Amino acid sequence: MINDIPLNYFLSLAAALFCIGLFGSLARKNAIAVLMGIELMLNAVNINLVAFWRYGSPDPILNQAGIVFALFVITLAAAEAAIGLALVIAIYRSRDTVNVEEINLLKW
Amino acid sequence: MDLFGVISQLVFLLVAVLTLAAGLATVLLRNVFHAALALVGTFFGVAAIYLMLEAEFLAIVQILVYVGAIAVLILFAVMLTRGMMQTEDSNINSQWAWAATAIGVLFVGLFILILQVPWKISGQPVVGDTTPALGTALLTTYLLPFEVVSVLLLATLIGAFIIARE
Amino acid sequence: MDIWTLITDPFVTIYNLLRSGIIGLLASLGVPPDWIALIVFLIMGIIVVTAILIVAPVMMMYMTWLERKLVARMQDRVGPNRVGPFGLLQPIADMIKFLTKEDIVPEGVDKPVHLLAPIVVVIPVILSFSVIQFGVGMGAVDLNLGLLFLLAMGSMATIGVFMAGFGSHNKFAMIGGMRAAAQIISYEIPQILSVVVVVLLAGSISLNGIIEKQSGLFGLGWYFFYLPVGPIAFFIFLLAATAEINRVPFDLPEAESELVAGYHTEYSGMKFGLFYLAEFLNTFIISAIAASLFFGGWQGPFVQQIPALGIAYFFGKTIILIGIQLWFRGSLPRIRVDQLMNFGWKRLVPATLALILFTAAFLWAYRVLNQFLTGLGG
Repeated sequence: MINDIPLNYFLSLAAALFCIGLFGSLARKNAIAVLMGIELMLNAVNINLVAFWRYGSPDPILNQAGIVFALFVITLAAAEAAIGLALVIAIYRSRDTVNVEEINLLKW
Repeated sequence: MDLFGVISQLVFLLVAVLTLAAGLATVLLRNVFHAALALVGTFFGVAAIYLMLEAEFLAIVQILVYVGAIAVLILFAVMLTRGMMQTEDSNINSQWAWAATAIGVLFVGLFILILQVPWKISGQPVVGDTTPALGTALLTTYLLPFEVVSVLLLATLIGAFIIARE
Repeated sequence: MDIWTLITDPFVTIYNLLRSGIIGLLASLGVPPDWIALIVFLIMGIIVVTAILIVAPVMMMYMTWLERKLVARMQDRVGPNRVGPFGLLQPIADMIKFLTKEDIVPEGVDKPVHLLAPIVVVIPVILSFSVIQFGVGMGAVDLNLGLLFLLAMGSMATIGVFMAGFGSHNKFAMIGGMRAAAQIISYEIPQILSVVVVVLLAGSISLNGIIEKQSGLFGLGWYFFYLPVGPIAFFIFLLAATAEINRVPFDLPEAESELVAGYHTEYSGMKFGLFYLAEFLNTFIISAIAASLFFGGWQGPFVQQIPALGIAYFFGKTIILIGIQLWFRGSLPRIRVDQLMNFGWKRLVPATLALILFTAAFLWAYRVLNQFLTGLGG
């Protein structure tokens, strides 16, 4: 299977997913949607890591650095989601909104 | 190219299109709850990509952690902050045009880069079960990062609890 | 000899006969070999999937019968006895009733989410059947990561429950969905941790690998008998799994006396039928996992000589475990939400972590002692 699909395909898919996620985190109003964009970006990075492991590793069994780092990224994504959503809920409690454009107490 | 090659490419294209469509839906859907469900679809698509890359363990971990934990966390947050969802008339903030332009440029740049760089490909086949070697690597070569990540996760747990507590 | 293998191992023999028959037929038609591999893979896959899709709902129907009969007996009633002998045709009548009911979509629901939710709840349960080992060599696939796959499928159920609860725009459904999600993610942790104990003992996460490791002592080397960790791990697994699938005494998400029907309040007809199907199949899957992990799955006396016995052993153990869960239902009151969360996080999780540490220390001590003794002998 892997000989039939060039590495470029996976890298392009990851790039497209990353850009979609970046747009989500830059352009959405809802803070939770911003976090969802970040999750998309992390997933795109993971696709890259795994694709490079699969195509580039000289010994895919013994040298699994790509998989290991993808696992670390998944762990960090879980940590980021937990902290981020806790912050969103705390802000919602005190400000009664999750719109990132209205959370501007420090602006002036 | 032989038949299996064509089938592989078609399967890849199908999964890629579905994943990207779910990703776009995540970003563009107005209702945040629907966006979160589309995000779940994206996670499944990425898990399918991992399966194609013969990373079975990672694919299952993706479903277990992303779908089973992170997506549920996000859905919980959507439920807890649902008061403002109905009153919203636009889901996109005022700087979306700038963001879209910059990201379009970024994507074109990345795409050209991906096509230009001569990637070093070894193309070794994966023979046998990768999971035992992965476990060994995590507890020998990568022991220190593994422990650091574990401590980070614990700190996050406590931190999230303290922040979200009333 | 052929007749003997056919009698002792009917399903696998018929499967192999069919497979070689198709291969022979295709070869005589002059199909190239790599095409034969693909076609045989597809045909056998379709046969196995069809078998699962037929067996699973039938099993679910008779589980509802078993539940009603058993619980009725526990409450000194008779249970269904009108349709067919001992009420055996009752499940079929129920199914016809489900299928002929009007499909109601209440006003104000989030329509796509409302319609998708029952499907999302059922799919992971059906997928779980693909890795369960029903007998010697009788599993659709024998994944290296079978156990992890089952746990991942179990955790997927939360999404469907959330969709049903939130898409209904109904406060009972909402509260039920919230409770279910909180309960599932809380009790998933002790469930996974108690499974880790068995993984430590077996050194494998393939379901077949774990079952084969329990072949000692005349097919009775089950991990349940590994004192003291086996019974404790089994008990924790059973509690956490019962909570994970929202059954009594942990049925707060669909507590009918407070929440009407919880997250599936707004569902009727076949959509409700799908939730019902998922609930019973979940009970079966949980019991099958417990039977495989702690009671040796298809292991038992004489299973090497007569593989067909394995199927009987597997289903016997699973049905006894289902009976234990029904016994819970017949005898225990529902617990409160705060009790549920306190019990899960403050008792079950630390206890399971301690159990894992103890098991690991025990295995380490055993290995060191073994090395010391062999060193002494050599």
